[in-house]
Amino acid sequence: MAELMYWQGILRAHDEEMARDPLVFAMGEDIGVAGGTYKATSGLFAKYGEQRVIDTPISENSYTGIGVGAAMVGARPIVEIMSVNFAWLAMDQLMNNAAKIHYMSGGRIRCPFVMRVPGGTAHQLGAQHSARMEKVFMGISGLRVVTPATPRDAYGLLKSAVRSDDPVVIIEHESMYNLKGEVPDEEFFTPLEGVEIMRPGKDVSIFAYNISVHWALDAAKKLASEYGIDAEVIDLRALKPLDRAGIAASVCKTHHAIIVEEDEAPVGVGSEVMAIINEECFFDLDAAPVRVHALDIPIPYNHRLEKAAIPNAGDVIAAVRKMFGR
Amino acid sequence: MDATDQKRLLREMLFARRFEERCAEAYHERQIGGFLHLYPGEEACAIGVLEKAQTGSDYVVTGYRDHIHALKSGMDPKALMAELFGKEAGCSKGRGGSMHLFDPDVHFMGGYALVGGPFPLAAGFAKAIQLRGGQEISICFLGDGANNQGTFHETMNMASLWNLPVLFICENNLYGIGTAIERSTVEINQYKRVAPYGIEAAQCDGQDIDIVMAHAEKAVNYVREQRKPYFLELMTYRLRGHSMSDSGAYRSKEEVEEWAQRDPIGIYKRRLVEAGVVTEDEFHAMDKAVQDEIENEVVRYAIECPEPRVEDVTRYVYTEGGNNHG
Ligand SMILES: Cc1ncc(C[n+]2csc(CCOP(=O)(O)OP(=O)(O)O)c2C)c(N)n1
Ligand SMILES: [Mg+2]
Repeated sequence: MAELMYWQGILRAHDEEMARDPLVFAMGEDIGVAGGTYKATSGLFAKYGEQRVIDTPISENSYTGIGVGAAMVGARPIVEIMSVNFAWLAMDQLMNNAAKIHYMSGGRIRCPFVMRVPGGTAHQLGAQHSARMEKVFMGISGLRVVTPATPRDAYGLLKSAVRSDDPVVIIEHESMYNLKGEVPDEEFFTPLEGVEIMRPGKDVSIFAYNISVHWALDAAKKLASEYGIDAEVIDLRALKPLDRAGIAASVCKTHHAIIVEEDEAPVGVGSEVMAIINEECFFDLDAAPVRVHALDIPIPYNHRLEKAAIPNAGDVIAAVRKMFGR
Repeated sequence: MDATDQKRLLREMLFARRFEERCAEAYHERQIGGFLHLYPGEEACAIGVLEKAQTGSDYVVTGYRDHIHALKSGMDPKALMAELFGKEAGCSKGRGGSMHLFDPDVHFMGGYALVGGPFPLAAGFAKAIQLRGGQEISICFLGDGANNQGTFHETMNMASLWNLPVLFICENNLYGIGTAIERSTVEINQYKRVAPYGIEAAQCDGQDIDIVMAHAEKAVNYVREQRKPYFLELMTYRLRGHSMSDSGAYRSKEEVEEWAQRDPIGIYKRRLVEAGVVTEDEFHAMDKAVQDEIENEVVRYAIECPEPRVEDVTRYVYTEGGNNHG
């Protein structure tokens, strides 16, 4: 099993899928000759040529729409948007067309469209480069939304997304492209639905996704060694559709739930998970579930303010300790 | 233009150059964070155009490469550097950063991160001017790459249809990050792209400030008198990478060298020396004085002034009294 970086997992998935199927093609800003802002498409332009690895103009809504159109008649586009903040410009094509066409046509037209996009806060990038948009995409019926937290899933989710006949949005993270992790040498597919238990535990379920999975894992280690609390860390991973049964199974076991998100709380992933817990296992709870989340503000440039706005492992530990009174 | 003004302009361009170089140093020292897009090579564009505008009353807006537009609009360099250092005394109180400079007191309406976003804002300023009456105009500076965004076409149509007093300045530096203009755009002469919208337009050398000023004067007068949009394309080049994280490896050494020969400061200095307006010695003294001012006044101020208070992290989300009604 090789150790790969997150970007290398994405690159390998592109390469395998493009080699297998000549109708798989990639498009986005600076993905070809320059190899992509995070190198995730490096070398593909030389290998597959400009018909299949396309440097687009700065025209997000329309090249997304071109991807959607191509998908509707049988091609398999992988559209990269350079940053999730720019995906707002592509929302019309994504939400009005990609997400709805299969249903609206009574199942007669499929849209095997893939959008890959990094989101999240990095280091002082300012309010217009720090959006976390998981909650926006997961609110759209007809889309599948997944968030790889490891190189393994960065590879496996893109593989599955390309093979899926549904439109899939993959939300990567600005700060994770150089993250290292083991990726099996043989081909494999990460399912587009279902949670993954990253660390089994019996005392409290910590639900996380994308970069917050790492905060949760760090917190769980410390909770075990310093406070004797055995936390189960669940990577939600597939945000749309969400795995209700997977969420409920963990909460029924631990009777305690914490949700950790890099985003603001209102109308968010945490709200949705809480609603599911409420609906599925209210009577199994020993304490009210708690959300750990960002402040509800545009992200400031100043490094101290930025840090104050975004949660971290310490906040997760504090929330669990408070829940257990330790 | 008399000798005093010529010397002032030379000094302004030199100040702009040294200011940006000092920013790069501060970035390497981690005093400035986030994304940093610098202007060396393009000084004659912002300085030449705005020399012919009524700065302070005309409205100015641009993208993320905004430092020099802000300075020439009348922003205090200390407030600018303090912003880059994330300080409370910064022009955006440390909340904005390099890409989001604002100074409404001098009608500098900001720097924006999303490519193409300022086109409609500029037309909106012009719409308000039209409603209020008065002789102000709105001036929008953006790059060549921005013209492939839908907002470009949509805004040109409406600005022309509604006779909005807005001057569009296209700083054509031949690249959008790593993508050369021929690879993203069919009509590479940007000024021709507004013809179908019935907008007057011209193209000129952006490296020679005398040429820029001659065209800008005509353009500004046209918009101010006719109360209609105008589009001016300035042919220019950035001597550095797109941002601090870009080495510019996609451009040949020869190409960069060729443009370095056409450095706007070099061109203007040679002209003034030949005309006997400045001597080489005076130029060097000027350069030294500029660097001393930046170091001893501007940078020192930015270092010494305080950071925002973390308790104020949620301030400015809403206006005070924003819940008032009736
Ligand atoms: C909507 C949007 N898409 C993509 C980007 C990423 N991006 C930042 S600058 C840039 C290139 C812009 O080129 P141009 O308009 O020519 O301006 P220049 O930087 O050359 O001055 C791109 C693609 C962005 N900031 N916003
Ligand atoms: Mg450009």
